[in-house]
Amino acid sequence: MAKETKEKQLVVSVSPHVRDEESIAKIMWSVNFALFPALIASFYYFGPRAMIVTLLSIVSSIGFEYAYQKFVGKKTTINDGSAFLTGLLIGMNLPPQLPFYIPVMGSFVAVVLVKQLFGGLGYNIFNPALVGRAFLLVTWPKLMTTWKEPSAAFVGLDAKTTATPLGILKEEGISKLLEEFGTKNDLYISLLTGHRAGSLGETSAIFLIIGGLYLLYKRYITWHIPVSFVGSVAVIAWIFGGKGALFTGDPLIHLMSGGLMLGAFFMATDYVTCPSIRKGQIIFGIGCGALTMLIRLKGGFPEGVMFAILLMNCFAPLIDRGVKPKLFGEVKAVKK
Amino acid sequence: MAKADTFKRGVHPPESKGLTSGNSIKKVKLPKKVVIPLSQHIGAPAKAEVAIGDVVKKYQLIGSATGFVSAPVHASVSGRVVAIGDFLHPSGRMVSSVIIESDEKDEGLALNENPDFMGLTPDSIKSLISNAGIVGLGGAAFPTNVKLSPPKEKPVDVVIINGAECEPYLTADHRLMVEQPNDIVNGLKLIMKAVGVSKGYIGVEKNKPDAIEKMKKASEGEADIEVRPLTVKYPQGAEKMLIKAVTGREVPSKGGLPMDVGAVVHNVGTALAIYEAVRYGKPLIERVVTVTGKGVREPENLMARIGTLVSDLVEECGGLSDGAVKVISGGPMMGFAQWSLDVPVVKGTSGILILSEDEFTSNDEYFACIRCGRCIDACPMGLNPSMLSILSEKGFFEETKEYNLFDCFECGSCAFVCPSKRPIVQFVRLAKSQTKPG
Repeated sequence: MAKETKEKQLVVSVSPHVRDEESIAKIMWSVNFALFPALIASFYYFGPRAMIVTLLSIVSSIGFEYAYQKFVGKKTTINDGSAFLTGLLIGMNLPPQLPFYIPVMGSFVAVVLVKQLFGGLGYNIFNPALVGRAFLLVTWPKLMTTWKEPSAAFVGLDAKTTATPLGILKEEGISKLLEEFGTKNDLYISLLTGHRAGSLGETSAIFLIIGGLYLLYKRYITWHIPVSFVGSVAVIAWIFGGKGALFTGDPLIHLMSGGLMLGAFFMATDYVTCPSIRKGQIIFGIGCGALTMLIRLKGGFPEGVMFAILLMNCFAPLIDRGVKPKLFGEVKAVKK
Repeated sequence: MAKADTFKRGVHPPESKGLTSGNSIKKVKLPKKVVIPLSQHIGAPAKAEVAIGDVVKKYQLIGSATGFVSAPVHASVSGRVVAIGDFLHPSGRMVSSVIIESDEKDEGLALNENPDFMGLTPDSIKSLISNAGIVGLGGAAFPTNVKLSPPKEKPVDVVIINGAECEPYLTADHRLMVEQPNDIVNGLKLIMKAVGVSKGYIGVEKNKPDAIEKMKKASEGEADIEVRPLTVKYPQGAEKMLIKAVTGREVPSKGGLPMDVGAVVHNVGTALAIYEAVRYGKPLIERVVTVTGKGVREPENLMARIGTLVSDLVEECGGLSDGAVKVISGGPMMGFAQWSLDVPVVKGTSGILILSEDEFTSNDEYFACIRCGRCIDACPMGLNPSMLSILSEKGFFEETKEYNLFDCFECGSCAFVCPSKRPIVQFVRLAKSQTKPG
């Protein structure tokens, strides 16, 4: 026995010698999974066209990641689920009826320019899917803001063109919005379930919230960014969102429209591009909320979630530098 | 102030203590050969007091302390000194060691018993402890008499016995508390007397209810001694975390010591060794070692002589099982991986953990930090391990000091939770080796 013992090759490495089960792949695939309820809803509302757009984004994202990594001789990381996630988020952020080259272009910008050229997962400064969408929005503004009515889903190409609720609210006011949707309750229900025009994956607030709660339950995200982001949007909408007088705005409309739920739960919380210290995440979330409302109420676009998150991405490293976790046994400097 | 029973943050690795927690401490058969390093403690190595060929008895001094922060070493078997030279030490370094071949008689020097041990003066208690070569048995192996001699300007008012044993797998302290609670309480009383304090605590994690009960029973009627059940969380047994949990005090950052907040902490094994040294005059020549993991056939808690080779202990436990891949001196969170089984048990060896393939996570591949912040949520010291590892990885060693590099005590909680499987502790050690505190 002793002899046998001595011949064994032992592994030597630094402590700790046990690790927990979480991995990048496990986390990324869980986020993909959490997006599925909203994705299924989008297929229901916007039909096969939504399916094709999303599928194209996902496949091209994975394809570009694989091709780039092959080209530069890096080990491929397509199995970690992050390219899938980028593709899925691009798809969910697009209007359902687009020429097929558009999602592919978005994926190229996101995966190759924003993610891989910066060094790959962990090194990118901006959320890849959001830069991809921003690129598409400024390059094809008309196509990217042509919205279809969900009711005409299965009719396909001749679905009626309409504006998003935020667009109507911005251009024509709340009365026009109620004219379209019926009573205030009807409006809320449409917004909650997703029966409205918009990017195909952003419309169904309730399913996005369910997915977000799942991520909170799994502790893959914490409450800090979603709560501070959504909370500041609600407060600002209530204070400044009304016509004329202060404190007359309707926060619920703002919470459930546009890309807020998708942004607050799934995009602002992107680990790589948000602050990693929880206190800093609250600052980040409030910043996202304030910029979103600034754009929605005063800017040229009806929706501001995308630019708000991208602008706050710039501040993430600075926030992480300025906000430190509380050091154990911190010695307060004595004032002289 | 509310009584805390833990610290902030930390992690919950699987405990895996069931392999040995029910096994009584078993005496190991006398080893044929012992390798006794002259440096088994933090501080100056001992100076050899024997020569090759000398015949020595058990308990005989073979290496004397060479300064205040140093500790003597003693022969753990009777026999003949066959070699003095560099030998592999569990830390991975080669350390000057005395090798004794046992004559299998196990003859010991006569020991001076002190029946009235509680009546001794603090100074004589300290000198008995110092002469017995006692060092911290929890793993750090800091000479015990130094911790018992705080300078006058740092008044100490509590002694805490560390029975947390937060490292997964290890059950040495647990078994000692269950089997020798009265001796541990006596050890605590001697420490309290030596440092002149009137309040003693015994901190035990709540996953050892039998130990808590035994310790409570043993300290019944001792108004100054309190058993404190603690939340089960790693690293609850780290000195600073334990002090925080028991007293609510935080040892100051940037090199602060427990005595800065009036506390002295000793491990349960150390308390027992102190009792045996003061009462019976017995030098530290043996300790409890948990030999465990699925890589060994019959996990046990063994009372092993200092200097016993790990290969002998493994044989005692039925040998390695087929899937054994990694041998660790200490626990899975902070222990040292060994590349050979020809390495001795030293005073600080609390366990020998042998991991099998299915318990083992490969550290071969790691990825870029994705800044998920899990390490920050885990760090008991409130550091930013993510930044420390990134800066060190890129060679920005000076900059790591802005992130309080030297407050890290390398508990490994950060690396445990890291989804990118980054060797954060290694990056921290690298940075520490490339820069200086201050």
